[in-house]
Amino acid sequence: MTAISNHRSYPLDPPRFVDAPPMLRAVGVTKRYRHVNAVESADVEVYPGEVLGIVGESGSGKSTLLRLLNLEEQPEAGEYTLNIPGVTGQNLFALDRFARREVQIQHIGMVYQNPFLGLRMNFTSSGNVAERLLITGERRYETLRTKARTSLLASEFPIDRMDDPPRVLSGGMQQRVQLAKALALQPQLLLLDEPTTGLDVSVQALVLDTLKRLQRERHITIVIVSHDLGVIRTLSDRVIVMRYGRIVEVGLADQILNDPQDAYTQQLVHAKL
Amino acid sequence: MRLLQVEGLEKRFFIHHLGREIPVFDRLDFTVDEGEFIHVSGVNGAGKSSLLRCLYRSYLATGGHAYYQSWRGSIDLVCAADVDIAILRREEIGFVTQFLNPRPRVSALELVAEPLLNAGSDLEPALERAREMLSAFGLKQDLWGAYPTTFSGGEQQKVNLARALIHPFRLLLLDEPTASLDSAARVSLTARLRELKTQGVAIIGIFHHPQEIQHLIDQEVRLTLPTTENDYVVE
Repeated sequence: MTAISNHRSYPLDPPRFVDAPPMLRAVGVTKRYRHVNAVESADVEVYPGEVLGIVGESGSGKSTLLRLLNLEEQPEAGEYTLNIPGVTGQNLFALDRFARREVQIQHIGMVYQNPFLGLRMNFTSSGNVAERLLITGERRYETLRTKARTSLLASEFPIDRMDDPPRVLSGGMQQRVQLAKALALQPQLLLLDEPTTGLDVSVQALVLDTLKRLQRERHITIVIVSHDLGVIRTLSDRVIVMRYGRIVEVGLADQILNDPQDAYTQQLVHAKL
Repeated sequence: MRLLQVEGLEKRFFIHHLGREIPVFDRLDFTVDEGEFIHVSGVNGAGKSSLLRCLYRSYLATGGHAYYQSWRGSIDLVCAADVDIAILRREEIGFVTQFLNPRPRVSALELVAEPLLNAGSDLEPALERAREMLSAFGLKQDLWGAYPTTFSGGEQQKVNLARALIHPFRLLLLDEPTASLDSAARVSLTARLRELKTQGVAIIGIFHHPQEIQHLIDQEVRLTLPTTENDYVVE
């Protein structure tokens, strides 16, 4: 565990019982937009099968950090490695554009809050999912269709609507199409940016439940960004709290929510209705 | 075998916006062996729940040690890495609160089976065991497939206990598990705790009415309200 715990009166020990090295490791990640430090020397470690939550208010840098982990943007500084055969040991930030894109498609799934960012709204839903498979060279129509269907089913998408375009679907269904697309190539890492924000509470619960089941069945490593502490509590094992681009506290989800150490985290937790 | 050794455990809260420190307990020492049943007593606010939460690491203790003898080796629960605590929570240490945290549209049966699934069990045996547990705590069978969000307090608590006690943990932390239970369910809880104790499970519990579990208690840890002379008694 990286020692970010500046508000604990003592540091925690390094992990001793985990059987595998971190699946994701990012060190000293810094991203600036003009004069603003969007992310400042962030260290993140996620172990295989773990769900890491990132919380913080708007502008805290949490979504920027997620986009960096999705290799959508280049940081000013930092190292990023994934412990996946074929890419282990490589600093992914140092790869060229094409190699980055390759890693992103093969190993990382991403779900955005705004389905317009992740989907082609006028294509069929099955086509949206199949697109991921097309990129990897699959050309047989039947295989594409079967695989898209399997992925949509796993995301608990109502399969009789697989040929409807996302444009005519409800918000919850659109998120399921995004999820099916993200999981189509069976990535080991899933990144979720406010995946249930804007959905009805009951729909949100269903989507969260799908995520929980998928995580358990496929042992996927997940990083989820949300400003909704309820979502974070439901899904995450550990939580990172960000403010002004910096990580101010890291801990087990229930510890962060019940016994926050940092002054800002205390405010954040107590601001919940 | 010694399972837990608590030494000089201390908890204070620092509330930043008040600039104030709130002491909860300090200088706490006790040991727990396998199969031992510890009753934590004290008036409201004496820090009983806080003690359990510090051991489960929902709270960070501010001092002292809690050496736990895991299957994987000895570890100090006070400063073990978060990921190690997460492993212990999945495999060895269970926490039973007074409240179920039901999730919308998840059935009682699924909620109860979940800890086994999380620990790697297959679906069918997990569901079978979940049925046994729900039946043991006397939840009406027609409710097994229903969503506990709509249940009464007592029914929710039965689901909660079935869920909390389904996995064979080595150390169980119980925070007033009998609250809102009817007497039949309290009897099955006591029976289940006796069974677990015989199997070697160590239990540290807070009970509002300890009479019912009096015969199970091996040791009492009594917490007092923090004063300048902040002392505690272990009998």
